[in-house]
Amino acid sequence: MSFPWAEQYTPKHPLMQWIDQRLPLPRLVYNSVGSGYPVPRNLNYFWNFGVLAGLALVIQIVTGIVMAMHYNSNAATAFDSVEHVMRNVNSGWFLRYLHANGASFFFVVTYIHIFRGIYYGSYKAPREMVWMLGLVIYLLMMATAFMGYVLPWGQMSFWGAKVITGLFGALPLVGEPIQTWLLGGFAPDQAALTRFFSLHYLLPFVIAGVVILHIWALHIPGSGNPTGVDVKGPQDTLPFHPYYTAKDGFGAGVALIFLAILVFFMPNALGHADNYIPANPLSTPAHIVPEWYFWPLYAILRAFTVDFILPAKLWGVLAMFGAILLLFFLPWLDKSPVRSGSYRPKFKIFFWILIADVLILGYCGGSPAEEPYVIISQLATMYYFAFFLIILPILSMVEKTKPLPNSISESVLHGEKAEAAPIGVTPAAAQ
Amino acid sequence: MAAVETSEAQVEDGVRRRDFINIAAVSFAGVGGAALLFPLVNQMNPSADVLALAQIDVDISAIEEGQAIKTIWRKQPVFIRNLTAAEIQEANAVDVGSLRDPQTLAERTQEGHTNWLITLGVCTHLGCVPLGAAEGENKGEFGGYFCPCHGSHYDTAARIRKGPAPLNLEVPEYAFTTDTVVRIG
Amino acid sequence: MVRILGFLVGLGFVGVAAWSLLWGVVAYIQEPPVETVEHRFHLHPHSEGFASDGPFGRFDRQQLQRGFQVYREVCAACHGLNQVAFRNLSELGYTEAEVRAIADQWPIQVPSINPDTGEAATRKAIPADRFPHPYPNETAARAANNNALPPDLSLIVKAREGGAPYIESLLVGYTDAATYRNEHGEALPAENRPGTGLYFNPYFANLNIAMPPPITADGQVTYADGTTATRQQMAHDVAAFLVWSAEPNLERRHQMGLAVVIFLLAATILAYLSYRNIWANAKRAVRLTGPLDPENMAKREAASREAGVNP
Repeated sequence: MSFPWAEQYTPKHPLMQWIDQRLPLPRLVYNSVGSGYPVPRNLNYFWNFGVLAGLALVIQIVTGIVMAMHYNSNAATAFDSVEHVMRNVNSGWFLRYLHANGASFFFVVTYIHIFRGIYYGSYKAPREMVWMLGLVIYLLMMATAFMGYVLPWGQMSFWGAKVITGLFGALPLVGEPIQTWLLGGFAPDQAALTRFFSLHYLLPFVIAGVVILHIWALHIPGSGNPTGVDVKGPQDTLPFHPYYTAKDGFGAGVALIFLAILVFFMPNALGHADNYIPANPLSTPAHIVPEWYFWPLYAILRAFTVDFILPAKLWGVLAMFGAILLLFFLPWLDKSPVRSGSYRPKFKIFFWILIADVLILGYCGGSPAEEPYVIISQLATMYYFAFFLIILPILSMVEKTKPLPNSISESVLHGEKAEAAPIGVTPAAAQ
Repeated sequence: MAAVETSEAQVEDGVRRRDFINIAAVSFAGVGGAALLFPLVNQMNPSADVLALAQIDVDISAIEEGQAIKTIWRKQPVFIRNLTAAEIQEANAVDVGSLRDPQTLAERTQEGHTNWLITLGVCTHLGCVPLGAAEGENKGEFGGYFCPCHGSHYDTAARIRKGPAPLNLEVPEYAFTTDTVVRIG
Repeated sequence: MVRILGFLVGLGFVGVAAWSLLWGVVAYIQEPPVETVEHRFHLHPHSEGFASDGPFGRFDRQQLQRGFQVYREVCAACHGLNQVAFRNLSELGYTEAEVRAIADQWPIQVPSINPDTGEAATRKAIPADRFPHPYPNETAARAANNNALPPDLSLIVKAREGGAPYIESLLVGYTDAATYRNEHGEALPAENRPGTGLYFNPYFANLNIAMPPPITADGQVTYADGTTATRQQMAHDVAAFLVWSAEPNLERRHQMGLAVVIFLLAATILAYLSYRNIWANAKRAVRLTGPLDPENMAKREAASREAGVNP
């Protein structure tokens, strides 16, 4: 561990000593999420979302594995097998709705987690690797979610698969062969379905592996904090356990309440009605849209409507993938020595415009590809690329930043006056 | 360095107060986790459509004396045999005490329907389907059923007489809803 | 280097997007999008609401039985209910004997084989069977219905925007295309009048639907429980039944949901109290034990300096 004042693991129980001597797993847990990992004491609730993403991954894996005991990946019976889970399997409806809404939950917490990273400069040195591994996780999540949505073999499953695999066909020369190779055929059919099932089962475990790397990379420099100021000493930190285990437990409770309301009272609100119609290759739905978490990228894809040297479709594909790939370069695009947006007033403004921009892109992505949505998507796409590739590099060179606090503990004491006393305790008199 | 303050009494008191609410919170979470475990385990139990076929109605009106049919119940073969008077006599003449699995024919049939022998078609040795139910099949040395896998012979009451099988062919739960329809399971 | 390349790439995408935007704006000005006829004449569904609505919704079993009766007598000839099994009808309040009788007397039989010849045959349904398809395959269904395919109704409420209110409004929404006037008083243009085999229904997204009006007269069905069978009543009841067929676990879901949310609220409150308890002395008063004991801190600072780690 990188902090010399971190608590050392000293097992008292003879069984724990026995295990630790032979396989230092208890030590590993202690040092990564136990009392042996010092964390800045001033983290706000935006720091809860990483753990929530981990919780979401566990929920998806557990519900996914049990549903795989009943799912049938044959194109003729896949739709029926999902209905079998909904109607006949004990608590099957609960597992299915939890898995479907769990995916939405996973993306919500991940998006908040990502935008926390952008605002607070979590991607900056020395945490570039953490950031890039996180983007790898995001790409894997998107692949997993896309393939998972195909499995029920409803209308949107089939036609969404058709559109997205069709994008590969836009690539010059290699596009068509790659598309045929991906599908195992000329259109989504049995071959595509079974391989998507296989990969959908596999990728979450790959995600779990990358998550371990992501946390490992984080624990080398230690967690960032809302001021962006480095940890200077033990007065700046608290042991992860029990302080942040307690806070994460509370955060998980709140998050699960929202998830429970979705699952039990509005389980189809985020879905699309057309996916309750069995797939029909001869009948195209009126509006093909992916699940909501893909809508901003879908809007960028459809924003390019006019050929310009390259065909418009290819521009759309390049822009859609480019929108995510440019994020890998963020640590080198934004060279401001100040990490946190709290001390970068101009950056803050552009950041919030970006948030609004992404929400607008999302709304357009879920709408039909008609005016005025296309024009709005085009403007929003322009801002998105401008923000990361033009505005941010220039801003980070010329902006005037606010003075940073000397240390975390200094900032913590200054921000404390409003804190209420816990129940049953008389507040300690401040000195 | 930031100014620090301490209060020994508060710390000591805090340690004791700390325990109760934390234990309560963790217990609640534990109960929630345990409750969540139930549907995850229960989903592996037979689903509603499987349980629905746990009971079947079979029309036996077409089975003549001396004939037997094979049908499927809970994905296993069931032999329904209409015993002839000779077969019933043969079964009753056997000394029950000498049987490996002592049972009388009366114990294996129902009152008022003693000519109907309904058993699982699963050999009690290692699970093969014995011969003897269909026309022309080998009925073994005792005129009942014969299992070709390891040579178990069953008599006219489907009781094990010779060979490695330890028990008589299993008699499932059944009831006659009418004279021509039997409900198995 | 990265920034220069990024800048150029950014200019590229922004530029091409601007190019598309330019042509889009030009097209918008030259040919502003016209509201389609479908949009001008389409009506939004409305319904007085169902017993199953809302977070505390439950089924009205009497209504479900009436709805099933409407399905059986009006819809079942053309529309399947294949995801539902006859045994599921016991959830509507029918006894086991009644369910067996419904299955046994169902006019469409279940495919099977002739035990003597092996030819394709049919047999009577048992409760364990699912409702059999009214037609052996899609081709037969289309042949019998003017090339239109009557959809299976098991999931129709979840498979259509607007759900049960849409189904109810649609069923009794048929009206004469010639005399219909929308809310602006406009008449339906001639080219949007229904052709042969189509019927005008403003609740249908494309305005002209291939299904002839199924519920044509009051009293078309004589309810077993004596309720007056107006057209609206029949549409309402069958829509409620179709809510059940799409979501038979709705009640269980709502009940379990209430229990789970209450439990989670209690657990979260306890978690919050525990969190505040643990943090009670953390932010304001820094505890001087363990890592924060001045003696330990001095030791660690010495160790950091020795190791050359940034203090």
